Amino acid sequence: MSAPDDTGRFGRFGGRFVPETLMPAVLELEEAFVEAWADDSFRAELDHLLRTYSGRPTPLTECPRLSEELGVRVLLKREDLNHTGSHKINNVLGQALLARRMGKSRLVAETGAGQHGVATATAAALLGQECRVYMGEVDMARQELNVFRMRLLGAEVIPALSGSRTLKDAVNDAMRDWVASVEDSYYCLGSVMGPHPYPWMVREFHRVIGVEAAEQARDLLVGALPDVVVACVGGGSNAAGIFSGFAEEPSVELVGVEPAGGAAVGHGVPGIVHGMMSYLLQDEWGQVTEAESISAGLDYPGVGPEHSHLSDTGRATYPSVTDEEVVDAFVLLSRTEGIIPALESAHALAWVARERVALAGRTVLVNLSGRGDKDVAQMMDVLADRL
Amino acid sequence: MSGEVGQLERSLRSRIDAGGKCLVPYLTGGLPQGPGAAWTTTMGAIAAAGADGVEVGIPFSDPVMDGPVIQAASQEALEAGATPQSILEELTRLDLGVPTAVMTYANLVFRFGWERFAASVAEAGVAAAILPDVPLEESGPWCDAADVAGVETVMLAAPTGDDARLAAVAERSGGFVYAVGLLGITGERERLADTSKVIAARLKSMTDKPVLVGVGIGSPEQAAEVCEVADGVVVGSAVVRCALETRSPEAVGDLVGGFREALARG
Repeated sequence: MSAPDDTGRFGRFGGRFVPETLMPAVLELEEAFVEAWADDSFRAELDHLLRTYSGRPTPLTECPRLSEELGVRVLLKREDLNHTGSHKINNVLGQALLARRMGKSRLVAETGAGQHGVATATAAALLGQECRVYMGEVDMARQELNVFRMRLLGAEVIPALSGSRTLKDAVNDAMRDWVASVEDSYYCLGSVMGPHPYPWMVREFHRVIGVEAAEQARDLLVGALPDVVVACVGGGSNAAGIFSGFAEEPSVELVGVEPAGGAAVGHGVPGIVHGMMSYLLQDEWGQVTEAESISAGLDYPGVGPEHSHLSDTGRATYPSVTDEEVVDAFVLLSRTEGIIPALESAHALAWVARERVALAGRTVLVNLSGRGDKDVAQMMDVLADRL
Repeated sequence: MSGEVGQLERSLRSRIDAGGKCLVPYLTGGLPQGPGAAWTTTMGAIAAAGADGVEVGIPFSDPVMDGPVIQAASQEALEAGATPQSILEELTRLDLGVPTAVMTYANLVFRFGWERFAASVAEAGVAAAILPDVPLEESGPWCDAADVAGVETVMLAAPTGDDARLAAVAERSGGFVYAVGLLGITGERERLADTSKVIAARLKSMTDKPVLVGVGIGSPEQAAEVCEVADGVVVGSAVVRCALETRSPEAVGDLVGGFREALARG
């Protein structure tokens, strides 16, 4: 996966559709990122934090009982074992260091399930930065624990009250904040979306997932690679991270799994929102429609532009799974391997479980992007009759 | 608009040439009004109260440049069934005696089709368009279509831009140059931001096109103050708030009249 062109596009997707007030900041950010990413001392400091603070490299875990149950050899890339419980910290540590380098002392972020918000609040605490997180009011209710976590870490959590009061609206409010605070604030975007350079920069900060996984897979499979790499896709950051380790290997099939109620690639048409052109769920007039998913982290009507491009070129495919399939996969991994996955990550597992006949005998690498502790309270209600 | 002066710019210039200051109020298209009144009646009241042009918002589900007042009006208009097509159709039947400009977001235009939207705007007799999430870098496809259709594209110039950027924005802009008065989204503020006059003065020093300040102009006094430097003002949230609170074309007309008087007094 290469860099976008100089207009910030992957094929026909991407770009910089932001208010004029933000345009200079977006250009400045691109310049600062390019410079930092080429600077060995910046990379060394980030690597050091990833190792000593986040706990990288994360392991690759064989799943013998799950594999037996499904008839598919399943390997998990354990991003759930990162500090703060998901892959989100990779990107946030990179961006928080970049913000400091740019002389910005305040981080603004949006969050869906709260994982990116918690990661941002964590990095801000670590580096002594101020932090404000916008979160949809609906998501604040279903992810109460993460709201408290962010506040405990010293961040201010502001409810997004407009529209569907979920991730989409939190992004709107974070962008509105940035329009007003651009001189001293850094917008710490949580996925491979938004205006250029975010989709590219966030993917580069998550590239470490794919690089580690490819090396670990080669060790485990004695030089071979998995047949299929699977990850869930909302905005698509964990998928972009793990795909980047395998995209140049034509034998490896790449699968991004969307929620049935928020399948931007699967059911959307090209559109422009949140600074980017990408596949988007919208009505005939271009009004953005509300996504509906059991997982707050994937409850988003758009998708990162590079995923739209990977779909157009056929390099990756983007099937979707239902909430019911996700719940079953959430239970399945818990029972067979003693690992409670995040509801987001359970989407990737749900696809493997559903496609087990087609996948029989193959080796599938699933990016387990986060742990499910945050979802336990919500799942207590959903599973009340089953457990 | 290369070379030719469009309808909106002509209207503003005639005000400026007569020694006056320009007033361009904003109303959310499709916003329900009181019994017996339509939003187009309110448009008429705005024009009659001394506007030099009227900006019509075509509501979008995710208006990132707008504050709570215009967000609420947009949502209400959408719930009442407003679409780009319905608003353009109603504008076609409207003769205000002053030019209109539509303000909306990129996705509605992109979905409609850049060329088809530009043609529909022109057919509706609308002079200009403002797309706040289409900065210079992304303006090519829209501007090409608008130029062909004879629609003036009003570009926004922000306090964060350096001189080279402001000059490029002013050069590309048609109708007028929309000077964003402050760092922030639309909405009234208690006092006029210091940045308002600064951005107006910077733009005035580099272009002959009318320079109107919008965002954060909430009262007639603030309008008069910024017009010590600027050629005029765009007044959005104050007008929309009045329309939301009173649902009365007369009340909105009175409010706009108050702005006109303040600008006349100077």
